[in-house]
Amino acid sequence: MTIYNFYVFDRNGTCLYYVDWNRRKQSGMSADEEYKLMYGMIFSIKSFVNRISPTDVKDGFMSFKTSQYKLHFFESLSGLKFIMNTDLNVGNIRDNLKQIYSTIYVEYVVKNPNCELDKQITSDLFRTKLDDYIKGLPFFAAKVS
Amino acid sequence: MGIFSVYIVNKAGGLIYQYDHNSQRTEIEKTFSYPLELVLKTFDEKVMVAFGERDGIKVGHTVLSINGIPAEGKYLQDRRDILEVLNDETNYPINIKFGRAKLTANEKLMLASMFHSLFAIGCQLSPEQRSSGIELLETDTFKLHCFQTMTGIKFMVITDPKQTAVDIFLKKLYEVYSDFALKNPFYSLDMPIRCELFDNNLQLAIEQAERLGVSNI
Repeated sequence: MTIYNFYVFDRNGTCLYYVDWNRRKQSGMSADEEYKLMYGMIFSIKSFVNRISPTDVKDGFMSFKTSQYKLHFFESLSGLKFIMNTDLNVGNIRDNLKQIYSTIYVEYVVKNPNCELDKQITSDLFRTKLDDYIKGLPFFAAKVS
Repeated sequence: MGIFSVYIVNKAGGLIYQYDHNSQRTEIEKTFSYPLELVLKTFDEKVMVAFGERDGIKVGHTVLSINGIPAEGKYLQDRRDILEVLNDETNYPINIKFGRAKLTANEKLMLASMFHSLFAIGCQLSPEQRSSGIELLETDTFKLHCFQTMTGIKFMVITDPKQTAVDIFLKKLYEVYSDFALKNPFYSLDMPIRCELFDNNLQLAIEQAERLGVSNI
């Protein structure tokens, strides 16, 4: 099992943070373009899901799978979006994404007066805490290639 | 429970077949007095609840009928504007029926082509080599399974999150499509499928899949 990469978006679509670990393929565009494409895709999926659902949705979109990877999505009530790509064997990691929000983002970004909330996160403390947390996850282990 | 709907999308993103199976729609009827506790807005030619959830009425529900008169878009069947009727104090107490709006044919076309591009973007943003597009999309109320054939036709099935053995059903669907749509001499490729034999066999396959899915649990 492995984790490929992780994105944080704010409610306006700004990419606040991006980090990758075992990513095998680049998308072939600039990072900025890729963030926009990712945000656009998530935004459309959310609207798609809301409309095509036969019943009322609560959490809405949670994850999708392709033949090679699984994308997990969590959105806070304030519109922050956490996206993590892992391989297919990882189950539901909603709680982990929630934990990243409540114990890492809130603690080291929201409570840090030097961090502007609508700008890219440059705090080293946040970076190391997130890295430690993710490397400590049981499903982080890099695939033997 | 079971399979909610089936979409077939051609390689250009056009919807060529759509079927809704056992859609149980929730409708809530309630009598209101003036002023209305809900905030209603027109959106997409429909009157929707924008704020104020109560008694099962959710944000996003549309007005289906007022005092038993069905709504058509933002007007009632007798051509009165719904918002004007609701703003007039003399009409109260008033009985309004709310529910999720049924998708129109146009909206289904739009959603199908929307998924077509999401499928492609999902593939492009892959962090791993040689990924396909979206095969399974999970939400709390349904799962969307998608199977793309070598020729680019996409079979999309919307099921209950607990429904199992959907991949078998998707293969079966492809088989039904090849046998009863493609072999029909009156069917032209990439055009909407209007064929009774196809409809009947699809329904059989759905019923079979639902039984199979239940016995597997």
